[in-house]
Amino acid sequence: MSLLEIRGLRVNAGGQPILKGLDLSVDLGEVHAIMGPNGSGKSTLANVLAGREDFEVTAGDMVYRGESILDSEPEERARKGIFMAFQFPVEIPGLTNMELLKTAVDALRESRGQQKISAADFLKRARSAAESLGLDPQFLRRGVNEGFSGGERKRNEILQLAVIEPTLAVLDETDSGLDIDSVQLVAKCVDAFQS
Amino acid sequence: MPSEAVDTDPVSPHPSEFSTREYAAGFVTEVESETFPPGLDEAVVAAISQRKNEPSWLLDWRLEAYRGWTEMTEPRWAHVNFPRIDFQEISYFSAPKGDRPKSLEEVDPALLETFEKLGIPLHERAFLAGVEEEPASAVAVDAVFDSVSITTTFQETLREHGVIFCPFSEAVEEHPELVRKYLGTVVPRRDNFYAALNSAAFSDGSFVFVPKGVQCPMELSTVFRINARNTGQFERTLIVAEEGASVSYLEGCTAPMRDENQLHAAVVELIALDDAKIKYSTVQNWYPGDAEGNGGIYNFVTKRGACRGRNSKISWTQVETGSAITWKYPSVVLLGDNSVGEFYTVAMTNNRQQADTVTKMTHIGRNTRSTIVSKGISAGQSSNAYRGLVRMDRRAAGARNYTQCDSLLIGSESAAHTFPYIESRRPDAQVEHEATTSRISDDQMFLCRQRGIDPEKAMSMIVNGFCREVFRELPLEFAVEAGKLLEVNLEGAVG
Ligand SMILES: Nc1ncnc2c1ncn2[C@@H]1O[C@H](COP(=O)(O)OP(=O)(O)OP(=O)(O)O)[C@@H](O)[C@H]1O
Ligand SMILES: [Mg+2]
Repeated sequence: MSLLEIRGLRVNAGGQPILKGLDLSVDLGEVHAIMGPNGSGKSTLANVLAGREDFEVTAGDMVYRGESILDSEPEERARKGIFMAFQFPVEIPGLTNMELLKTAVDALRESRGQQKISAADFLKRARSAAESLGLDPQFLRRGVNEGFSGGERKRNEILQLAVIEPTLAVLDETDSGLDIDSVQLVAKCVDAFQS
Repeated sequence: MPSEAVDTDPVSPHPSEFSTREYAAGFVTEVESETFPPGLDEAVVAAISQRKNEPSWLLDWRLEAYRGWTEMTEPRWAHVNFPRIDFQEISYFSAPKGDRPKSLEEVDPALLETFEKLGIPLHERAFLAGVEEEPASAVAVDAVFDSVSITTTFQETLREHGVIFCPFSEAVEEHPELVRKYLGTVVPRRDNFYAALNSAAFSDGSFVFVPKGVQCPMELSTVFRINARNTGQFERTLIVAEEGASVSYLEGCTAPMRDENQLHAAVVELIALDDAKIKYSTVQNWYPGDAEGNGGIYNFVTKRGACRGRNSKISWTQVETGSAITWKYPSVVLLGDNSVGEFYTVAMTNNRQQADTVTKMTHIGRNTRSTIVSKGISAGQSSNAYRGLVRMDRRAAGARNYTQCDSLLIGSESAAHTFPYIESRRPDAQVEHEATTSRISDDQMFLCRQRGIDPEKAMSMIVNGFCREVFRELPLEFAVEAGKLLEVNLEGAVG
């Protein structure tokens, strides 16, 4: 059984058809690159997978670990292990990265019947993830993407990936806007995630 | 002055641990009380004064206020709606029976339990912040139940430092010269309708005096609890910091859930002499009424600070989540040269709540500075009005003000209004005003949900983030409390 099975997926946005019958099968441990010109629907696919409500699925199905996820809420999909790194990460002023991440990790653990992570363990995990991405641990104390540069925002997405440890990650143009060194750091992190 | 309080703790507490998703302070305590029959006249004023063994000068002071009040009419200019209040239907005094307990052992266990249930320990042990790995700190508490103070903790420790912290009525008995010197000097008896009413009928509140050069060794706090039915609470608080002294004071307020409205009309006066600093924080959680707008507290208070001395500083921080109607403008009169006034506020309204609040900064001394940071959140069908006045007197050479006023709207039926007033008689005065109105964006909600967080929690996190600049001004224990209150008040706001 594949990890993810997309069959004949048709999606409309604002009444316009964007995805017109997409098939894709992804197995655990595999890396797929989805390519296409600007406006061809790559971000649309990522958003639909993550459960964004602005898109209308008109036909087809998305099956994750043998179950259709079409009717699940975004947070339920996340708790099943689906992660999306945004192409344009949004700012949440005043809410620290740390709070967002700790709340996310606790929500995921709770859904699996696990205890909350201790503050000390969490800090260790978050700090080491930040370091491996070449981010100053101070980043954890800043508001989510608040005043971050474009490249910093992208690295911050991967920081979230590293801390959350999902099963399926959709990275929407995470490499664009990163300098050469950052691409390498991010690539290392993604490799680590894969194994 | 960004305090370290919230920032140094990398992981803020998790409001989701707060399980009772309703007005948790809404219970009633069964105690035998002595309650005056409804109505106010000179005889009632005299009876209140007598109950408190007041000297004749204070009785005269009250009567003068009462006469002033009878000549005044209720103001109606605020952006709030409520039926006319019948002041003769309110009882002006209610106290648990018996004499004021001399020690904690004499306090009625039902009362101790009430405060314990509200999370306020009246034993002199450390106040637990509920924050992981955060050392406990001591907070001295004055507990006011209806019209009287039940007990005040850590008085002995404070006295060793020369700090007086006691119920107002005790201050009248033991430090009459100080009370007489400062009472009514910041908020005159006839200042406004509700201040006059308070001056005539005030019951208890706290008195704080920090002598020259003393830094108060712990946080001081007064907890106000309305319990009796059909009574008003008219507390009176007076805080004086002499030359070079400093103090941080906090008040918290709760009341039972009742279908009828109850009036709370307080007067708070702060006085800072040369180089003195007063930090006054409020976490106001009076019962807001139900979702249809029945019941709740009318919170009509007059709070004013006077920076009398050079380089003095008064800072107000308030988190207002409760009350059916909040109508108040804690203000600062900047008299001393180089004095500083600050005002940080979070006002959150939901359902049918109404708020018309913020502040007034009056610059008189030279090089005086003031900062106003206001965060208004309106959800449900509530209405939230910002009203801020910055006045630059002719003498205020080099005065500066910075105002930031941010409104956050939740849902499509809530409203935010901004009424900034600037009166400047100095061409060289600098007044800056920035205002924003925003909504929680779908992108922000989606980011949180994509990370596995449910929508209610996501909203409360985003709202808490919006308030961060104000919360960081609160002492840590109370910042935690404030975050939880917001979460509870947002209940039902995710649409
Ligand atoms: N709400 C909407 N209403 C109308 N059209 C939309 C809406 N959302 C997306 N689209 C359109 O759908 C198309 C696909 O957009 P999408 O963002 O998925 O492209 P992309 O492949 O990710 O492009 P890029 O390489 O620029 O990131 C675009 O033409 C876009 O304008
Ligand atoms: Mg795209």
